[in-house]
Amino acid sequence: MDVFATALPALGQAWALILQPEVLGYLVLGVVMGLAVGVFPGLGGIAGLSLLLPFMFGMDPVLGLALMVGMVAVVPTSDTFASVLMGIPGSSASQATVLDGFPLAKKGQAARALSAAFTSSLFGGLVGAAFLTLFIIVARPLVLAFGLPEMLMISILGLSMVAVLAGRVALKGLAAAGLGMLIGTIGEADAGGSLRMATYDIPYLTDGLKLVIVGLGIFAIPEIVSLLRQDRSIAKDAKLGAGWGAGVKDWVANKWLSVRCSLIGVVVGVIPGLGGSVVDWIAYGHAVQTTKDKSQFGKGEIRGVIGPESSNNAKEGGGLVPTLLFGIPGSGSMAIFIGAIALLGSGDIEVGPSMLRDNLDITYSIVWLLALANVVGTLLCIAASGGIAKLTTIRFTYLAPFLFMLISFAAFQSGQNFEDILALFAIGLIGIFLRRFDWSRPAFLIGFVLSNPVEKFSNQAFQIASFRFRNSFEAGMDYIFSPIVIVLLVITVVSVVLGLRQAKSIMAEGDVKSGSKRAPMVFLLLIMAYVVAALINANMIPDYNMTDKIVPLVIGGITLAALLILLVQMILRPETDAVFADKELAGEDADAPYGLWGTLAWFLGLIVATYFLGFILALLGFLVSFLRIRAQTPWLKTLILTAAGIALMCVMAGALNRDFPPGLLQGVTDLPWPLN
Amino acid sequence: MTIKTLAASVAAAAFLASPALAEVDFSGKTIEWVIPFSETGGSAKWANFFAPLLAEELPGSPTVVVKFMPGAGSTKGANWFQEQEYDDGTLIFGTSGSTQFPYLLDDPRVRYEYSDWVPVMASGTGGVAYLNPKDGEKFDGSANALKDTAFIYGSQGATRLDLVPLLAWEMLGMNVEPVFGIKGRGDGRLMFERGEATIDYQTSSAYLGASADLVAQGKAVPMMTWGALDDAGNIVRDPTFPDIPTFKEVCEATDGCETSGEAWDAWKGFFVAGFPVQKIAFLPAGTPDDVAKAYSDAFDAVRNRPDFPEIATKRVGKYEVFVGENAKKATEAGTSVSPEAKAFVKNWLQDSYGVSLK
Repeated sequence: MDVFATALPALGQAWALILQPEVLGYLVLGVVMGLAVGVFPGLGGIAGLSLLLPFMFGMDPVLGLALMVGMVAVVPTSDTFASVLMGIPGSSASQATVLDGFPLAKKGQAARALSAAFTSSLFGGLVGAAFLTLFIIVARPLVLAFGLPEMLMISILGLSMVAVLAGRVALKGLAAAGLGMLIGTIGEADAGGSLRMATYDIPYLTDGLKLVIVGLGIFAIPEIVSLLRQDRSIAKDAKLGAGWGAGVKDWVANKWLSVRCSLIGVVVGVIPGLGGSVVDWIAYGHAVQTTKDKSQFGKGEIRGVIGPESSNNAKEGGGLVPTLLFGIPGSGSMAIFIGAIALLGSGDIEVGPSMLRDNLDITYSIVWLLALANVVGTLLCIAASGGIAKLTTIRFTYLAPFLFMLISFAAFQSGQNFEDILALFAIGLIGIFLRRFDWSRPAFLIGFVLSNPVEKFSNQAFQIASFRFRNSFEAGMDYIFSPIVIVLLVITVVSVVLGLRQAKSIMAEGDVKSGSKRAPMVFLLLIMAYVVAALINANMIPDYNMTDKIVPLVIGGITLAALLILLVQMILRPETDAVFADKELAGEDADAPYGLWGTLAWFLGLIVATYFLGFILALLGFLVSFLRIRAQTPWLKTLILTAAGIALMCVMAGALNRDFPPGLLQGVTDLPWPLN
Repeated sequence: MTIKTLAASVAAAAFLASPALAEVDFSGKTIEWVIPFSETGGSAKWANFFAPLLAEELPGSPTVVVKFMPGAGSTKGANWFQEQEYDDGTLIFGTSGSTQFPYLLDDPRVRYEYSDWVPVMASGTGGVAYLNPKDGEKFDGSANALKDTAFIYGSQGATRLDLVPLLAWEMLGMNVEPVFGIKGRGDGRLMFERGEATIDYQTSSAYLGASADLVAQGKAVPMMTWGALDDAGNIVRDPTFPDIPTFKEVCEATDGCETSGEAWDAWKGFFVAGFPVQKIAFLPAGTPDDVAKAYSDAFDAVRNRPDFPEIATKRVGKYEVFVGENAKKATEAGTSVSPEAKAFVKNWLQDSYGVSLK
């Protein structure tokens, strides 16, 4: 009762702090800015918060918090636009939304998918806040109960969602996930600093590949290229079906799914160190497993949108717990958030263990500002969704050059290297072929995202466990098999078994026909070559750095085994078998009026021109020539569209204080902004 | 620095600055402060703290924006800065201990040279090591009773700032097993709180913000600070933690630990680079003296703000901020170690952790 005696007055004070016209005004301002930044893929909360930082110094704490929380809260809401409309995962929070949201948009139901997603986000945010109000006072011991073995098990639970998303041929899904994990290990190892598939001569690779780039490459580029080849609008027949009202009704029909996924989101979000990367996959897996008719998943099942979207806003609330209670940021934007809080007022709000004791009212203000921001953001987004959904009826050839422009810019922002754009292109190629030959792209992405947590937690848990075992066998067993681990283990096993049984009916890439042996086999051999190279490379790491080599070796070994079995199957089975799935044989891609390489050459052209001329000049040439030649646009319209595109880039970069990729030209001359 | 030297340097700065200031004017300009780390680290905090204050004090009150250029543990940004030439004084670069250590250890990625750059401000921090309560009882100002215990420590990597605590514990004869691969010291503290790690250290501000709470609750026992430097370069008690003994004191009290010789010199060399001179603001090579002067005067004005001690304690810790000549001296101390110290640490890294920097 003691707890409630302090919590209730603090809660009352928090509301008194929030419910002032000025505070609400700042909140709305933050929300609007957050929406503006969030709709662009790859920028997200970090860019927005950095923009606000200079204004935070000495600002009234509650006003500053309202501004920042408003911005942070709506990023997982607004990035849904890109996921649903363009198939671009804007941030790790919206990876799973792409799987069913984008097919819905293709069916002309973008408004429905968006409003269902926003309603779920809103609800998730509110559930998260309500849960936190009670939970945050008792959270500390619970958070401390999650040690390394427990975090490893959660990561493995996330990884087990590969089983559901593996596609028709489970081995291909497994191999795709393994490949994703191997690509995730590229660079300097966290533990011993050994290089994996990288060299100091190419410093770019030593840092590893960024999630933004892999997400864009695996999901966005293949879809953009495919749509562009077909030369149509995103929504087939350029018609919009169900409106935003239908989406809200969908949510009402699935409210319990939404409740469960919100709770998953807030609980997983609370655990520090995992961040948001697993939450939406676990929620998606849960949505699949609790749906009777699974045949629509991957083709536009609304439950596949509601599940992850309910969880990802709830996760933001959960993520506040480690941030505020322990001073440990759950994500990049939370790290800036902590830094910014110290700037506020006279700097006496200190994030960390003393936060609950000294500033419980502020803590509650943050929790409920987050919820309010969700409400405001969602209402704005739903209001806009009908109009923005019309984008899907535009002929895609007009959209594509701007999408290439946006994703190149977004990729460059992740590391400020020209190599970022090259890496985007390379990963995009992998994505295109994974899609063509029906290797599960979600499985690849899950593998990539969880590669680092799995490696880190297993190494660290192993070291600590072996230390405990040296003390006594019992101490070791207690450490590894805690009650939480056992529960998670059971859930994981159940979800793998169920998942494998259901995977056959979930065809993320649609029904892909088979027919010829050669192309699928060549692709398989190429993957195998990479896996073998990665294995040899990992094996060359000296044994005293076992922590750096063991995970690539084990993962690579399993992947290679799966690939070898697939190879044998390919040799033995007839060419009509599902293992030879190839999109170029029948269906949309095969009937497309434009070829793959010709279409891809446009994007490559933009990259090459950027290398020589810098981004803005290259973009000028690219937009004009693309619109004139490929889209056959009249001169006037071409010039207007080009000017609009370049103006958009300049406004964005100028407002957010971001650079453009420079080229060789910029190295030898001194040009004015934005040409430099 | 004592009050007297501080006052003297302020007076000297004010005297010398007056004619030069008239020529340097940044009105209407935007100054970019480039940090070779991501938006989320300690250096970002440091630059974000100083940027608005600096903007107020520079002649012409320009806008100061902080830009981030992370990559390859800050060597990417530092290599980039090496290539920059002086233009109009609107570029500053901020380094940290993580930029200094690869430089001192001859990391193959390093293509920058500290002595080319013009330091205008340097600031430092301290660190506190602490033990779990059970082993803390055995600590009596010396590590003699701790030599038979095996400790676990969550570490960011032996070639990072963690080199300083790891080497210190080893010199005390303690058996500390690092679990590598954590992302920040906050994660290390969490590991300690969960009981997975049994020894930990935090930089001063993080210690005050979180670990001191653990000590108050009896969940941790402070062991030692790394100390602070006096004007003569001797290690003395950290002014932020006057009640906690320094490593030097603990070492002197512990059998087999020497405060002279090559191990000690190596430790001290890297300690100076990692803590008292942890973060430095540089102007590019070729910067004219009057511009450098304008900057160091502005930083001088910042640190003399009446509210500076109060706001700095919360944000960056209660540590010396060096400007002008003193920043130059501090930079020299922080970016040079003797060849013997360097060789000793490289050997130790190779023998203990199998790390070879080639």
